[in-house]
Formats: sequence, structure tokens, C-alpha cells
Amino acid sequence: MDGIAPLADTDEGWTVAGRRFRSRLVVGTGRYKSLEETAASIEASGAEMVTVAVRRVNLSDASQPMLQDFVPPDRYTYLPNTAGCFTAQDAVRTLRLAREAGGWNLVKLEVLGPPPFLYPDMRATFEAAEALIKDGFEVMVYCADDPVAAKRLEEMGCVAIMPLGAPIGSGLGVANPFMIRAIIAQSKVPVLVDAGIGTASDAALAMELGCDAVLLNSAIAHARDPVRMARAMKAAVEAGRDAFLAGRMPRSPAADPSSPTTGLIA
Amino acid sequence: MTGTISIEVNGEARQVPEGASVHDLLHLIGLAAPKVAVERNLEIVPRSAWAATRLGAGDRLEIVHFIGGG
Repeated sequence: MDGIAPLADTDEGWTVAGRRFRSRLVVGTGRYKSLEETAASIEASGAEMVTVAVRRVNLSDASQPMLQDFVPPDRYTYLPNTAGCFTAQDAVRTLRLAREAGGWNLVKLEVLGPPPFLYPDMRATFEAAEALIKDGFEVMVYCADDPVAAKRLEEMGCVAIMPLGAPIGSGLGVANPFMIRAIIAQSKVPVLVDAGIGTASDAALAMELGCDAVLLNSAIAHARDPVRMARAMKAAVEAGRDAFLAGRMPRSPAADPSSPTTGLIA
Repeated sequence: MTGTISIEVNGEARQVPEGASVHDLLHLIGLAAPKVAVERNLEIVPRSAWAATRLGAGDRLEIVHFIGGG
């Protein structure tokens, strides 16, 4: 064939539980200074799916502004989470309420161990995942970067596997890229790095490993300029995806000159 | 004359008129057209059942909504 093969320059996106998304960035809606800043940052990130928490309504001021007024659920896919749940029972109860409030089944399950690491409690996560799947939920599951646990969750019927890059809110990046890659290699459902991303290069690295998408919150919300960081994350995820598809050059312990070694003037 | 009953809403004690429904309670709180979910004694009360579900003395209710979270 003559000429250069046309570059498929549009990422066709990824699919979870039959829903298609163009953006490979999923963002949280917490920890912002205001709902205005939340809305502007999410807009700049290009995200189509956002995580939300389920909490008690403030009874003393029920008229206060609500997240939905700033991040409309008809524009963004809400992914209710179970943040703050330390037992399977609490997680299941929270998501049943979320389903009633929102009217949809796609949820993020996270059952956490104690501070200071809030590491996923896998025994409780299995228990909650089983109950939720039996109850008709489509479960995207936050989990340890453990290939055996990840496979088991997939076999149970979880619709996405979301190993942590590093502890929640730590900003330490992807601490164990080899295990993330191992989980990606064995999974038939989407894999997202969830938690730990600190800056744009972390998100790009996660995508270069072959993740379907990246989930982050604090990296944007706690940046000095969240809207600008949201834009950086959007670019990083796109760049990382392209780099993954392009295939990186091999690493070499020695130099390999880029310019011709013949035709030198001396 | 109608009396009142004591219930607990989101962990706070509250008096409501005898015979009040979940729908009435939401109205009393000021959640007119709410995007909320209601749980009564650990059971979800579906939106379609708010008007027909009468509150009983000692009921424990949770009224939740979506807020920012990661």
C-alpha cells in the first residue's frame, strides 16, 4: 500500500456494563472549595462519569445548594460510592439508598480498612460485592493491587476492577506498576487505577500501562489551581492512552545514536 | 385533637403529628421536590410509597442525598 496508513486519531472510548464513554478520566466531586469550583474543574477535565457520596440531608437547612444543581446528573453519569464504609453491611445499605435516590444500578464499591492507609478490606469487599451483584447492582470495585483478588472479583461478576495506585488521597502515584499491568493482562472487564494519582504524569503512566481509564479526585481538588490541573489530567490521560497504543520503544542500557554515523565531515 | 409521636430522623429526635406519612415529614423538613432516598427502620421506602407510608412512634429514619465525594 502506498503512503501512510491513516491514523485512527479518535479514541473510540471504553465501555463498562454496556455504557460507552469517550473520556477515560473519571473524577470525584469531593474536597473542592465550593460547588462552583467543583463544576468548573469537572467541566475542564472532560470527564463524563463522576463519583458521588451518599450522606444524610442537613435537616436544619434543607434548602442549601445541592451537588445536582452544579453537576447535573443528566449530563454526567453519577457513580455513587461507599466512601467511609468500613463494613460490608454499611456499603450495601449505602448503595441501596443511592439506587433509590438516583434510580440506577452502576455503583462504586469500596470497603476500607482502618486509618492511616484506608487500604481496601478485601474480605469485606468480597462479601459486599456478592450481596450487591445478587441484588442486581453493576459493581465497579475498588480493590487491592492483587491479581488473585482482582480475578475473583471479575469471576463474581464485577463490571470493572479498580485497583489502587497508592492509598486514597496520598498522591503517591502508581506504587506498583507491575501488579497493575498483571491485573490488566488477565482481565476481561475494564481496569481503572483508582486512588493515589498525584499529578498528570501519574495519570499518564497508569494509561501507558494499559488501563481503560483512571479515577482520581484529590489530585485535581487539592491542586493550587484545580481547573488547570483538571485540564492537565485530561491531556495526560489522552497522551498516556496514545502512548500505550503506539507502543513504547525498547529500553537499552547503552546509547544508540539517532543521527547517521556515516557521512561525517571528519 | 391529634397528638404527636416521637421519631428519629438522621439521628435526631423529632416530633411529628400522629398519622403523618413519609411524604408529610419531607414536607415538614422543607424537602419539597427532593432528590433524596428514605430508609425507615433499615428498609428503603420507595418514592412511590412515601404518601402511603405512615410513621409510627419510635421509627428511625434516614434521609440521604448525593454530595461531593471521591
